[in-house]
Amino acid sequence: MERLIETIVKPLVDHPEDVQVEAREEAGRITYELSVHESDIGKVIGKQGRIANAIRTILYSYAHTRTDKKVYLEILD
Amino acid sequence: MKQVTATGSTVDEAISQALKELNAKKEQVEISIIDEGKKGLLGIFGSRPAIVKVTLKIDPIEEAKKFIIDVCKQMDIDVQIETEIDGRQVYMNLITEKVGLLIGKRGRTLNALQSLTQLVLNKYADQFMIVTLDAENYRDRREESLRILANRLAKKVQRERREISLEPMPSYERRIIHTELADHEHVKTYSVGQDPNRHIVIAPK
Repeated sequence: MERLIETIVKPLVDHPEDVQVEAREEAGRITYELSVHESDIGKVIGKQGRIANAIRTILYSYAHTRTDKKVYLEILD
Repeated sequence: MKQVTATGSTVDEAISQALKELNAKKEQVEISIIDEGKKGLLGIFGSRPAIVKVTLKIDPIEEAKKFIIDVCKQMDIDVQIETEIDGRQVYMNLITEKVGLLIGKRGRTLNALQSLTQLVLNKYADQFMIVTLDAENYRDRREESLRILANRLAKKVQRERREISLEPMPSYERRIIHTELADHEHVKTYSVGQDPNRHIVIAPK
């Protein structure tokens, strides 16, 4: 799942080397924390969160096939 | 392909300026020096800036295809892509055995992948390009079912004389419904709300 997020995000940003994803697992849920270079935050969120939501849509549809846990994506800023 | 002309007090400076503008590395570009510039007397009199033309060698279509293939691979989807380019419109047909997973509920996954692919494409394209992703004729089938839906709901609006709100849809899907009912005698359509929650309302005329 981390690899999927990285694969989506790296081509969108100007500083792919600064893309990091960490998973935090709690009971019944996994939260992926995405951090990018400061100047790239807008590029992964987009107007009204449009880009972030597109990333989430893809992540969730894949997550459904892999785990019963609730999956979340947080963008750290 | 993207190209910029940049100036600097030296050729190296002009090149790094251009690379910054293109957001590219030196290996990804072709550089032609238009003017080497001149230092001039005491660095002031008769000095001339260096001018370089830098062209990005990255093919936006190839980058977009690579993006789709890479993302799909991470989702355990093997995909092949047929591409048709018509001016600024790029149509990509995705061929895979896992069509359902790729399209998602009401095209949600395909639409998400489409908007992300469009970003990648336009990161490298020198003019704004619009990409349509399709799989197993989903776009045509969706258009057909939206037309049927539009006409069915129009009848209902006419019969019950009250407005009906549809679920949120992306702009190209809303357009299909607006167009379908544009000449309707008894109902009119309009959109309310902000994307991604913008949706159509069908109302009695």
